[in-house]
Amino acid sequence: MPGPVQAIERAAAILRLLARGSGRLGVGEIAASLDLAKGTAHGILRTLHGVGFVEQDAATGKYQLGAALLHLGTSYLDVNELRSRAINWADALAARSGEAVRIGTPLEGNALVVHHVFRPDDTLQTLDVGTLLPLHATALGKVLLAYDADLAASAQRSDLPSLTRRTVVNAAALSRALAQVRENGWAGEAEEFMPGEAGIAAPIRSYGGLVVGAIGITGAADRLCDGRLRPRPELVTLVRNAARAVSRDLGAGR
Amino acid sequence: MTQRYVMSIDQGTTSTRCILFDQRARLVSVAQREQQQYFPQPGWVEQDAVEIWRNVDRIVPRALADAGISADQVMALGIANQRETTVVWDRRTGTPVGRAIVWQDVRTEELVREFERKPDADTVRDRCGLPLATYFAAPRLRWLLDSVPGLRDRAERGDVLFGTMETWLIWNLTGGIDGGLHLTDVTNASRTLLMNLATLAWDDELLSFFDIPKRMLPEIQPSTADFGHTKRVVPGLRIAAALGDQHAALFGQTCFARGETKCTYGTGSFLLMNTGRELVRSTHGLLTTIGYQLGGEPAVYALEGPIAVTGSLVQWFRDSLGLISSAPEIETLARTVQDNGGCYIVPAFSGLFAPHWHSEARGIIVGLTSYITKGHLARAVLEATGWQTREVVDAMNADSGLTASTLRVDGGMTADHLLMQFIADVLDLPVMRPIVAETVSLGAAYAAGLGVGFWPDLEGLRRNWHLAARWLPQLDASRRAAEYANWQRAVELTFGWAQPRRPV
Ligand SMILES: Nc1ncnc2c1ncn2[C@@H]1O[C@H](COP(=O)(O)OP(=O)(O)OP(=O)(O)O)[C@@H](O)[C@H]1O
Ligand SMILES: [Mg+2]
Repeated sequence: MPGPVQAIERAAAILRLLARGSGRLGVGEIAASLDLAKGTAHGILRTLHGVGFVEQDAATGKYQLGAALLHLGTSYLDVNELRSRAINWADALAARSGEAVRIGTPLEGNALVVHHVFRPDDTLQTLDVGTLLPLHATALGKVLLAYDADLAASAQRSDLPSLTRRTVVNAAALSRALAQVRENGWAGEAEEFMPGEAGIAAPIRSYGGLVVGAIGITGAADRLCDGRLRPRPELVTLVRNAARAVSRDLGAGR
Repeated sequence: MTQRYVMSIDQGTTSTRCILFDQRARLVSVAQREQQQYFPQPGWVEQDAVEIWRNVDRIVPRALADAGISADQVMALGIANQRETTVVWDRRTGTPVGRAIVWQDVRTEELVREFERKPDADTVRDRCGLPLATYFAAPRLRWLLDSVPGLRDRAERGDVLFGTMETWLIWNLTGGIDGGLHLTDVTNASRTLLMNLATLAWDDELLSFFDIPKRMLPEIQPSTADFGHTKRVVPGLRIAAALGDQHAALFGQTCFARGETKCTYGTGSFLLMNTGRELVRSTHGLLTTIGYQLGGEPAVYALEGPIAVTGSLVQWFRDSLGLISSAPEIETLARTVQDNGGCYIVPAFSGLFAPHWHSEARGIIVGLTSYITKGHLARAVLEATGWQTREVVDAMNADSGLTASTLRVDGGMTADHLLMQFIADVLDLPVMRPIVAETVSLGAAYAAGLGVGFWPDLEGLRRNWHLAARWLPQLDASRRAAEYANWQRAVELTFGWAQPRRPV
């Protein structure tokens, strides 16, 4: 096994230092306290700043602990913030695909709909933000399960209710389906939640690739899928591009 | 065939964004940068025009790179901007005279009182459609001329130029000190207190009333016109439209017919109703303004209810009180409680705009008891935006004689579902958000694209409008009435707070 990573040890020391006393230190003070070269301390601080673990005061240039540290316990992004950050790309996805768009995050063993854009055909539709969707039977839910081992384990321990004759109700089959989602980078749903309806979803990632939600489209199976109920590749591309655009705005892949 | 696009620059109060749209009005890429706000004294709000220009320099190439397209695929550029924010600069060096004075700044309050006392003060509103208030550009420009030593001389010699943000950006984009064009559009000019609403030209009486040298003013163009080609940042882009952000949003919401209305929720919020070719004078505290003017056509007028502080109250809650770490968390915090707990916040930070026009009002929080938590305060923050909307909608109904049947909304705050539901509740109307929340940018793109024939006509643009979300009223009438009465009492408490500074 490789030894400890020095840069991470140093980053931890900087965070401990900032957690003490007044909590606001300049880069020179930090370097001096930890006996680091100023350039080294600066590089680590920039990185910590990039992930939100430290903040820099605009006026004095001093560093302090960042808000992101306080939210470490709740690793999912604030859902209202997720909606705000995703709204432009969710709109564009609905406009391009011609289908309704939803964004989901996990809540108590379900997928919580945190954002919904109507199908852009001006027919009567109702906002369903706040609705809970079953994880195992929806494309949004399967994306959330695929990238969260704890969530997947508890889903597989519980009953998987059958909602249509196509719902995946067998734990082993679900496990294979989730492996496929990870392999493909997207999930499909073909009449597994509602007869006649299909969905396509992809992961929204934040710093370091952490999955914080899923974005997807739903609509009539004959529009979203080919004759063998396979999602149409051009729609899959649109969904994945939207997910990537939101992820980029959230700091993934920087 | 290569794809073609239209670019917009939205120079807003908090940030500048550059967005590319395709022919079906779908967003292709966005690049955005915030600018610093300076609050050097109570009531003063400033920005650095050079920083804003540098931000434009960064985001325009980035928007192109993100979309993977080249400048020759961009058919036109449209500019929308925060209005009334005033900058004066040296035409030889391109250097601004101090910081730009932002539309929320109330430093000119005493100056405005002096103007009010002038015998011909009554004629101002007839000529330009606006009340005398700190909100508009002319008192700021006059303040600069009075306070910066030597500035009046330089202005009279033609050495310094005045502009709002579109003028500053167009001048810089088209060459700056090397032949930059000094232009504005009718919508922006209609917010200075200096343009005659009927003739659409600088009004000599108003110039002499405010004592502003005409030489420093930009030339007024229709909203879609030839604003030149860019020579800097990304050379060769055709600037085909410029309009104030709220006018752009009216256009982006495709409110092309008389009576069509929208409200944009950003730093402040702005309700605008298209009144067609008719110049409607308000008797209920609204402004008469230009909706837009397409090149070669008569102007389309609008009635406007501006609200100074809505999104910026959320920012204050985040930055000055530190109770949340991002604006959207206000909704999370507000949802920790069931109601406002009897607490109301009236954010008269810049006095109160429509329909009250009390420059001397200042903000208050009322109804505090030990019961109140930060959750209740968060609710009161959001509710303030709802009630202020109610006030301007009531005024609009009274002025226009029409009764709104829905409200079209856009802007950053429309991501807040609790707020949108509350607005539906207090108006007792369905609230509708279109599929492009960045309607300011879309409107600037539409105007520019129309100007160069990228889009053929207004009807075609209308077909791009689709409903993305709709909130229906749920609150019962007696509760609505009781809450509105509380709000109105709270508003009255803000009046008369700021006193003229005593001579020392
Ligand atoms: N989810 C939210 N809930 C409440 N307020 C929000 C939310 N998201 C953003 N805001 C507020 O909305 C404003 C940002 O909206 P927007 O991006 O439309 O404004 P802007 O274009 O920068 O401002 P302007 O055009 O008025 O200069 C900010 O003031 C912010 O506090
Ligand atoms: Mg804006």
